[in-house]
Amino acid sequence: MLIYALRRLLQAIPVIILIMIGTFLLLKLTPGDTVDALVGDMGGADADFIARMRAEYGLDQPVWVQLWRYMVKLATFDMGQSFVYEQPVATVLMDRLGTTLLLMATSLSLAFSIGITLGAFAARRAYSLTDNLISTLGLVFYATPSFFLSLMMMLLFSVKLGWLPVGGIKTIAGFYTGWDHVVDVARHLIMPTAALSLIYLSFYLRLMRSSVIQVADQDFVRTARAKGAGETRLMVHHIMRNALLPAVTLFGLQFSTLLGGSVVVETIFTLPGLGQLAYQSVIQRDMNTLMGIIFLCSIIVILVNFLTDLLYARLDSRIELS
Amino acid sequence: MTADTAPILTVRDLRIALPEGADRPFALQGLDLTVHPGEIVCMVGESGSGKSLSAGAIMRLLPEPHVHVAGGKIIFEGEDLLAKTEAEMRKVRGNRISMIFQEPMTALNPQKTVGWQIDEVLKLHMGAKRKERQAHALEMLKRVHIPDPESAYNAYPHQISGGQRQRVMIAMALSLSPKLVIADEPTTALDVTTQLQILKLIRDLQKEDGAGVLFITHDFGVVAEIADHVIVLRQGEVVEQGPADQVLNDPKHPYTQALIASVPDLLPPPPKPVTTLPVVLKGTGLRKTFAARGGLLTGKRKAVVAVKDLSFELHQGETLGVVGESGSGKTTVSRLVTRLLDADAGAVEVDGTDLLACTPRELRGMRKHIQMVFQDPMASLNPRKRVVDIIAQGPIVHGEDPDKARARARDLLELVELSPAAANRFPHEFSGGQRQRIGIARALAMEPKVIVADEPVSALDVSVQAQVLKLLADLRDRMNLSLLFVTHDLRVAAQLCDRIIVMQKGEVVEAGFTAEIFANPQHPYTQNLLASIPGRTWTPPYRKTDAA
Repeated sequence: MLIYALRRLLQAIPVIILIMIGTFLLLKLTPGDTVDALVGDMGGADADFIARMRAEYGLDQPVWVQLWRYMVKLATFDMGQSFVYEQPVATVLMDRLGTTLLLMATSLSLAFSIGITLGAFAARRAYSLTDNLISTLGLVFYATPSFFLSLMMMLLFSVKLGWLPVGGIKTIAGFYTGWDHVVDVARHLIMPTAALSLIYLSFYLRLMRSSVIQVADQDFVRTARAKGAGETRLMVHHIMRNALLPAVTLFGLQFSTLLGGSVVVETIFTLPGLGQLAYQSVIQRDMNTLMGIIFLCSIIVILVNFLTDLLYARLDSRIELS
Repeated sequence: MTADTAPILTVRDLRIALPEGADRPFALQGLDLTVHPGEIVCMVGESGSGKSLSAGAIMRLLPEPHVHVAGGKIIFEGEDLLAKTEAEMRKVRGNRISMIFQEPMTALNPQKTVGWQIDEVLKLHMGAKRKERQAHALEMLKRVHIPDPESAYNAYPHQISGGQRQRVMIAMALSLSPKLVIADEPTTALDVTTQLQILKLIRDLQKEDGAGVLFITHDFGVVAEIADHVIVLRQGEVVEQGPADQVLNDPKHPYTQALIASVPDLLPPPPKPVTTLPVVLKGTGLRKTFAARGGLLTGKRKAVVAVKDLSFELHQGETLGVVGESGSGKTTVSRLVTRLLDADAGAVEVDGTDLLACTPRELRGMRKHIQMVFQDPMASLNPRKRVVDIIAQGPIVHGEDPDKARARARDLLELVELSPAAANRFPHEFSGGQRQRIGIARALAMEPKVIVADEPVSALDVSVQAQVLKLLADLRDRMNLSLLFVTHDLRVAAQLCDRIIVMQKGEVVEAGFTAEIFANPQHPYTQNLLASIPGRTWTPPYRKTDAA
């Protein structure tokens, strides 16, 4: 087990190095750099000043040298300074990580649990009215882009009804503490979570529906029936247990796409998370911050996939970790 | 034999309706049967005869409402099963009537331990404490002769062998001493030696408990082994029923006669003087190990020796059988000689040229001399291509003019006794036997010197099997072909092969003329194999020349 974890760690290193090199080069291909963005913000500066700034940030060196310097620093987990925030990148990221993780964890667990329940429910009543209703709903969620959903929810719940706050993570002038703070944050997260989770919910719903239908048709379910097992027993012990496996695989895969999805949602709801930070860093060409975000995200994705594999091995007795 | 005691199960005029658009309106039309205590009633029929559905009807486990009972009566111990509610039925299932299924791998839940699955039956019907239930389950595992019941109790189904899985199924089915056991092809997926053990086990346990058994099978050998009473089904209709002895040795209905005549008998052909003919295919020192995989960055797997130092010679016009149980390496042999798998060592000479030493370009030229016929005729034919294109593809790849190749494909269809109209249809439009004929035509299209056939008739019903075997033998004689015939079925080997190689765990344990080996096997493994053929003491009363 320990050896397995160690091997996975070793496998992860080249993956991360490749990701970092790839992103670095890709970002260098984009027109303009930090200095252009800064100077643009300042409303212009003379060529001498620009050249001096470039030299200060090391941007006058050839790309390979820059890459080499960055990677050497990264090897000691030093992600450098953010050009925009004038703080170490690590500090900037840690400030934002909590919000994003909170958003992702709630969205994904909601999508997973509700999607699976609805999917299993639809499958047990396959081709009935209930099933058609659930499946159609799933299709609607699936087909609605999250930005559109976000805007429509804002229009309805914040603008028209005034029930929920439009954006942000907390009421700035509220200075709530204790439970009031929790409730306040939760109220702010309702719409972003809903916008982010509905699409993923429909993935699980569709996957689970077909998976349950398929497993319900298998020989061992017939065996269990022949043993005299009732429907509830069949569902809990025989069908769900086996039908869950593909959903767990999807769980790991979706985590990475969810990170991408949070960029849109965080930007719309002005949540101070990694996604919003990524968006701003791109606009401001804040290389170090952007690279830091990608570094952090790839570590999170690899970690989550590792955990999913562990979970899968725990759920499926046929898989042995070695 | 126990006609004076009250029957356990009586089925009267049972009819099962199929959904609209099926090939016939009723899956079963007017089934009558009686099972007495201590009696084994065999229901025999080919695929589509409705035998498994009748078991489903008795258990009330038909896929309703599409397939449902349309009429008749099922009386079990004086109670009408069809009148019971679902909740009442649940108390009967697994308790008073239990079932053993065909495929022990898929019939057990892969995510639960063996112990859990046996315990489930006990939990549902026994109403005893956990400790008692576990003791009872272990006792049952002991009764079905599972070595080390304690460790089997905690094992998952994939951790025990196929034979043991079927024993677990039987332990589960018999754990509450049911009055009626329905066994649906319980030994079809097993090796012949395991099959015999399982059949014995079912018979012994049933004698101890005095239960009635309804045994469903397609194999007359198994019927001869186990049945007291036989019911022959065809297309949902009972064509004949009676005591086993009478049906097996003096069948009245022409269909039963034809079925029994299709069972290959155990009299091998007289040895052909083949050794004087030229050798067309020669293997020397063939060896294949599926290497241990893995290392630092991936999972590890143990090395498996599939074939260990195999040498053989195949003469022109001869059939050489490769027989053995699963895991013996016989399929690997067929892949090695066609170089679908690369051997680790050794040589395969086709007409004097070493196939294994060929460059890829030379190999492509050599391929046309040695062709394969595969086991599963559905999986081995491209479903998106018309039959004529499937057959003509090989020659076209080898540079023949497409029009000529297609014309020849049509001729070949005639040769394998299919109508020329078949040419423009797709594989799924044919039955299993017809598909295998297409597979043979495809192999013949290359005008090969050698055909390697890997279990070509295992997936077919017995009457179809007889026809395909006859066709293969005919073609071999007419076209002077040499056949390397891989099979697990000794009856089939006896019928077709001039010589056989018996393999066990990658090694040849015995080789020689079929007739000699069958008459006087030398190696204990061969003796065991031959002694396990179901119904070996029964000689079908009809010769295959009468029918097929």
